[in-house]
This record gives sequence, structure tokens and C-alpha cells, in this order.
Amino acid sequence: MTGVVEGLLRGVVDDLAQSGPAAAVHDLELDIPAIRADFPILERTVRGGKPLVYLDSGATSQRPVPVIDAEQEYVTTHNSAVHRGAHQLAEEATDAYESARHRIATFVGVGDPNELIFTKNATEGINLVAYSLGNATFDGSASRFRLGPGDEVLVTEMEHHANLIPWQELCRRTGATLRWIPVTDDFRLDLAQLDSLIAERTKVVSFTHQSNVLGTVNPVRQLVDAAHAVGALVVLDACQSVPHAPVDLTALGVDFAAFSGHKMLGPSGIGCLYGRHDLLAQMPPFLTGGSMIEQVFIDHATYAAPPARFEAGVPMTSQAVGLGAAVDYLSQLGMDAVAAWERRLVDLALRELTAIDGVRIIGPGDTTARGGAVSFVVDGIHAHDVGQILDDRGIAVRVGHHCAWPLHRRLGVAATVRASFAVYNTPDEIHELADGVRAAQQFFGTG
Amino acid sequence: MEQLYQEIILDHHKWPHHAGLREPYDVEVQHVNPTCGDEITLRVALTGRGVDATVVDVSYDALGCSVSQASTSVMTDLVIDTPLVRALGVLAEFTAMMTSRGTVTGDEDVLGDGIAFAGFAKYPSRVKCALLGWMAFKDAVAQAASGSPEPDNSGSDSPETSVQTGSARTERGTA
Repeated sequence: MTGVVEGLLRGVVDDLAQSGPAAAVHDLELDIPAIRADFPILERTVRGGKPLVYLDSGATSQRPVPVIDAEQEYVTTHNSAVHRGAHQLAEEATDAYESARHRIATFVGVGDPNELIFTKNATEGINLVAYSLGNATFDGSASRFRLGPGDEVLVTEMEHHANLIPWQELCRRTGATLRWIPVTDDFRLDLAQLDSLIAERTKVVSFTHQSNVLGTVNPVRQLVDAAHAVGALVVLDACQSVPHAPVDLTALGVDFAAFSGHKMLGPSGIGCLYGRHDLLAQMPPFLTGGSMIEQVFIDHATYAAPPARFEAGVPMTSQAVGLGAAVDYLSQLGMDAVAAWERRLVDLALRELTAIDGVRIIGPGDTTARGGAVSFVVDGIHAHDVGQILDDRGIAVRVGHHCAWPLHRRLGVAATVRASFAVYNTPDEIHELADGVRAAQQFFGTG
Repeated sequence: MEQLYQEIILDHHKWPHHAGLREPYDVEVQHVNPTCGDEITLRVALTGRGVDATVVDVSYDALGCSVSQASTSVMTDLVIDTPLVRALGVLAEFTAMMTSRGTVTGDEDVLGDGIAFAGFAKYPSRVKCALLGWMAFKDAVAQAASGSPEPDNSGSDSPETSVQTGSARTERGTA
């Protein structure tokens, strides 16, 4: 691994430090061909020999050789059940698993690895919080975790279903009320009514760091401060931010945050939930069973301290090791450099797409407080048809509502085309995308 | 692409046949494609009972891609003013072709313009588009034949599609 990314940065960090991100964009040169060479899948062709142009990293990202190797190395030399067994392999497996936890925690600014719970993905992480609060409601836990009629859970209109439906369900079960922060016509959260939306009755405020459709980056500190002023818990969906920019969860001040491994160059089947230790220590479990216990009697049990309390059963170990390798890889590139490169791609995509008559960007039109999901509609052509034409040219994008149906309803669009980027994408691929959109217009006679 | 999106599909997309909601009707259903949010409200009007039933009208209001729009348009041409038994045969033939991953070419004598969609059978994500209107029709006639809503029967013998009944409701047209 060290050799793979060694020398990829050419004075980037110094430039960033001296001239700030905006100026640094021009000086920033990751060796993209070398990075691309780390991702074997990018070499394959699709649809009759066309080079793959993978612009769907917002759905799932590709994995570099060091991640694949780390999983293979674990499986072929250390595989065993973690936190069990009195043999050498069990010790090695446990060390590999806990080492990954430690490195991932550091990667997101979390000093105490016990504040990082492994889940299968971010969806499970958010459900863990929602179900734990639901359980707290009925088991006499501390009042800040209990919900009932009159209490409110606040989300936003731009949430992925994963950060909406768990809260709908929690409200349905407890009698609490779900409210949401609306989205403005310029694709930002409408915070004009924030004072009335976050009030004494608000128990949970859960929102996305960066919209998976719009690319909008939300003002985390402002929402955290408002929520904490009334004693509400803050849950952050960090799926689309952690893979693409430096994120310090401690500095952001959130109480919980969830992200998925497969969106950050890591394996699928692994995700993380960050939770403040003082909160986790008071919360009841979500899933129960082996490994999460302290003492078990035939008719009752006591539970282990976090994170074990929230990791019932034998966990996904090779995936955790793979995710550890992924954050090592990203750290060696440098998240500032990754963010700067992706910002350059987004800027180019916005300019190239808006230059096409009949294309409308569904999201902020420039890179201010904006990340790398670029969604758009093409007048007169359904997103699915645009996607088909692009696919025929080897360009992989996502079409549909991207698991954010209420947002699409709010914006009055049935479906959008979404191009999303990762560090291995190139300006040439953006040109290919724009060419493909023009080809779709030509084909359907709308251009 | 020209082979995939045949002219017949593009024509039906631009100028859909039998579009719009009409009365009278026996049953109205709403179906959605949950993967992309496309939706259709479809009404059927039948005369006669059992094996003597005939499809008098199929009307619809749909939001969707060219494939779902054109496929629904083609379907209405094939089933309106057709004995229900024959219409169900067309539906079975079309469904078999679309869910075959390209191994069933379809009988042009049965499917008419519907044969044009065969290419999309090789694209699993588009199979759902092509079947949206057809599954709504199937659901609607099943409800009409039984005289009551069957909320769980949509696409039940068609595992390739995730087209689902969205709050299917039965209404007897009074006009």
C-alpha cells in the first residue's frame, strides 16, 4: 500500500495550508492515472467493449487493490471469530477487528474507539438509534431517550429513505410526531422557521450532512447548536460526506453519526455508527444475543458496555478489516486532496451540463457548500431513457428518485439522472457524460 | 440504440394511444414502480361475465419513461375491444417475453407492436418499465372479475417485476 500511493501528492498539503482550498485547486495534482491503476474494475469494458465510465460512486464506490488484499489476507491467514476463543487465530482476528475500529474512529475525528459501533451499513446504524430509543421508551430508561405523544422528531425534506423511515416508524410506535425542515427552491434547507421547528418538545433532530441527490452540504453546527439548546439528540447521516471530505465528528458536535463502508472505497456489509459514549452507555440495546452481554441467567441478562452492547453476534470481520484498509488508503491520499479533486470534477460537471440547452441541475449550481452528487433532468426525456443511452456508451449513472422520493415530490420531478464522483474519476469522464447527454437529446429528438 | 428503441416505441411514446382517464369504468387501480417512482392510474371497463367477458375500454394517466409509456399505449391497442380471455393470453405472452432475459422472442401474431419491446428484456431494470401498465391491467381485471379488491395479487406470478399495488381501490363508475 505504501508504495502504491507514495508520491501521489505533489506539494498538495503545503499548497492547501498556504493558499487555501480555492487557490489550491489549481496546484492540486493527485496522480489520477496511478490512483486509477489501483482500481482493477476501472480497466474493464462494458456493453460491447466500451471503457467503463463509472459515475455512480454515490450509490457504491469501487475498491482499490489494498482493500481487496486486506480482506483476502485476513481470510487466508487470520480468519476466526472475534472476541471468542483462546487460540492464536482468535487473538489475531480480534486484533485486526479492533485495529480497524481504532483507525476508522481516528479517520472521522473520534478519539475513543469505543464510540464507534460496527453495523452492516448506515441504514442499520440509524435504525439502531431509532430502535434503541423505542426500546428506551418502554423500559424506564432516562427520560431524554424516551418518546411519547407530544414529543417530536425533526428530519428534513431532503433525507434519504434510510434517515426518514426509521423515524416515521419510531413516531408511529411511540405516538411522537414527525416534523421536517422544508427545502427551498434553491435546494437548501429552509431555516427561516427553525426556531419553531426546534423547540422544547423536540427530542431528536436527524439530518443528512450532504444530500445524496442535491449535493447540498447542510450547516451542521447551526442545527447542532439549535438542537442542543433544547436538549434534543442530534443524528447525522454522514454517508455522502465522510467518503469525500475531511469530517471531524467530534468537532461537528453531533451525538450520533452513521456512514457506510461501501461508499468510501471499502467493502459492502460494513458500516459504522458513532455515538457519544455517555449516551451509548445509558441506551438499551437494539439487537440482542451473544457478545453483547455482561451476565446471563435463564430469565434475564445484563448488558456489556458499548460498543459490545450494540454488536450482537459474530460480526463481519473481513469487511471491517477491508474498511480499515480503505481509510488507510484515503488517509494516505489525504482527504483535503480528495475533496479538492472532487470539487474540481463537480465544478466541471456543473459547467458542462448547464451549458447544454434543456438540462437543468437539481441542486446548487456552484460548488459552494456542495459535494459530489450532480443530479439533473433533461427536458422531454425521462431519466431512465437518459440512463439507457448513457449505459449504451459505457457510462454508469443512477436514475430514479435515489431513495429520496419525498424530495423529488417537493421539487416536482418524477426522477432525475445522478452522476456522482470519487477520487478516481477524471475530467475526460465528465466530457463523456456531457457528450452522452447530447447524444440522448439527439436520439430522442429534443436537442 | 436504434435496434433497442424501435421507431414503433418512440412513436407510441410521442403519441400515446387511448391516454387519459375515461368513464364509465369498473375498476381503477394505481401502480407504481418503486425503484424509479413512475406511476400509473389505470381504469378498465368490461362487459359480460366469465369467459364471455370483453374488455370495452382501458384508460390511463401515467407518469414514466418512454418504455413504460409506449408499452402501456401498445397494450391498450391490443386489449381494447378484445375478449378478456384473449387479452389475458396476450398479457401472458408479453410477460413471458419480457421476463425471459431475451430467450423468448415472443409471437408477433399475438403481440403485434408489443414485439418491439423484446430488446428491453435483456435489461432487468427496464423490464419493470415495460410491465408497469400491463401489471396494472392485470390487477384491474382480476379485481373486476372477482368484484372486489385484491390488494396482494399484483405481479404475484411475475417475480421479475417489483411493480406493486399502491393503494389499489375499486370504484364502480356511475356515469
